[in-house]
Amino acid sequence: MSTRETRLPELWDLVWQNTVSTLWIVALVMLIGGLLGLLLGVGLYVSRPGGLYQNKVVSAVLNVLVNFFRPIPFVILIAAVQPAARAVVGTGIGNRALVFAMVVGSMFAIARIVEQNLVTVQPGVIEAARSMGASRLRILRTVALPEALGPLVLGYTFAFVAVIDMQAIASVIGGDGIGGFALQYGYRQFDTVVTWTAVVIIVVIVQLVQFGGNRLARHFLRR
Amino acid sequence: MALVELRDVRKEYPPAKRGGEPVHAIRGVDLDVEAGDIYAVVGYSGAGKSTLVRLVNALEPATSGSVTVDGVELTGLKERQLQRVRLGIGMIFQQFNLLHSRTVWGNLAYPLEVAGVGRAEQQQRISELLHFVGLADKAHQYPEQLSGGQKQRVGIARALATSPKLLLADEATSALDPDTTQEVLDLLARVNRELGITVVVITHEMDVVRSIANKVAVMEDGLVVERGLVKDVFAEPQHAVTKRFVGTVVDTVPAGEVLDDLRQRHRRLVTLEFREGSPGQSQVFAELLDRDVRFELVHGGIERVQGATFGNLTLALTGEPARVQEAVAAVSRLVRTEELA
Repeated sequence: MSTRETRLPELWDLVWQNTVSTLWIVALVMLIGGLLGLLLGVGLYVSRPGGLYQNKVVSAVLNVLVNFFRPIPFVILIAAVQPAARAVVGTGIGNRALVFAMVVGSMFAIARIVEQNLVTVQPGVIEAARSMGASRLRILRTVALPEALGPLVLGYTFAFVAVIDMQAIASVIGGDGIGGFALQYGYRQFDTVVTWTAVVIIVVIVQLVQFGGNRLARHFLRR
Repeated sequence: MALVELRDVRKEYPPAKRGGEPVHAIRGVDLDVEAGDIYAVVGYSGAGKSTLVRLVNALEPATSGSVTVDGVELTGLKERQLQRVRLGIGMIFQQFNLLHSRTVWGNLAYPLEVAGVGRAEQQQRISELLHFVGLADKAHQYPEQLSGGQKQRVGIARALATSPKLLLADEATSALDPDTTQEVLDLLARVNRELGITVVVITHEMDVVRSIANKVAVMEDGLVVERGLVKDVFAEPQHAVTKRFVGTVVDTVPAGEVLDDLRQRHRRLVTLEFREGSPGQSQVFAELLDRDVRFELVHGGIERVQGATFGNLTLALTGEPARVQEAVAAVSRLVRTEELA
């Protein structure tokens, strides 16, 4: 077997394009999935027994919903939500369908992260706010969320990294992204240099995001 | 009408599991807290005292009975109306429960924001409060930069922000060391004296009761088993629980090993009860000296609680047996006397 030449030099344009695609897809998913996950997580938190708006039925429904979607491996979820993607974003393939699947895949995980971090807010602090005559909505807005902000930022950073991971599977339905690029031009063409170039780019993105998240969390935690 | 009136108040929690027995946290309590009181509610954990105080500011609704605060009946009020009532009642906590995401200043602003107080007025009120609790230099620090005593002073300032008539303290000093406890108790006494705020103190520490309260209710198993002026309850505890509580800070009659040891070492032992208004020690000791009975103080002490002096003194007596007997008889006509040996 002869030593293969790498095709990396002629692929730089694609590397660059796919890196940019990865970034905007991940950003879009974090925006939409992050927001939906926040709403769902807050719903889980307030409906818990002893929560601000405790409600057994709502709590049970939300938990079943989250537990249904969360364990589905992402590569299978992409295929499973394809009909729904066609209905919502008009197509089952490409970047739009990918974003849809990623939003579905991330929002339930983010919901749990949000719930877990809100639960760590001392019940005593919530009680103190109640004793001062604050309404439940005000407590949620001015006590629960701000008190959990540091851990929430760390949680979202964790989710961000997980979403970058999801994005790499994009090529399954023909989406752009550095992961798909690595599979197509690196793995399938036995071009290790291309594969590792993609790996390095992903590692750099993850490191930057994690660094930024840590800085921000430290600011809120003041530690 | 008392500032706080509880009438046959009960609080049940639903059973922990289906088909179980409901938990009766409060089983029919009547309580009057008059304006100006520092009213202590004591009891062991699980006695229901923390639940009781949460009924007073409607953090928990009573299952039955009537809770009235400043003439307003709380049972049956809607959440929105209860929020207004809570604005007029301050509360402080064992774990302080400060907002970690806000500075001291931000913590004091919180109740004012809830009350809808304007920005300028907030500023003025917060700086008044900071000066009152002596933390003006800590305004821009975060709670975790403060000591326990400072945190509780912030808690007190925050509870006073909306100028309540009533302040509830739930084990407010239980997480503090003795020196800091005294500092916080002094502040609570000042709140009562200088601002005329009625204080309800929940505690299991009789030292707290002794140093600031004028009235006390003792709770056990969801009921108030004894109540009265602190000086009376300390001098003459009636119920077994009260006796145990009072015994933690006031040396009473020796018992157990202490008593066995004393009996081995002394032939005649008597405990004399001195109470506010009863004949004084000099009068009692004169009876002994007159009969050449020598005595040694082996147990007990004299306490001063809320202006009343009282105590139990156990004496070992020596002298001619007949004269000792005569002296004990004479003394027992003056003060209550218990012969231990």
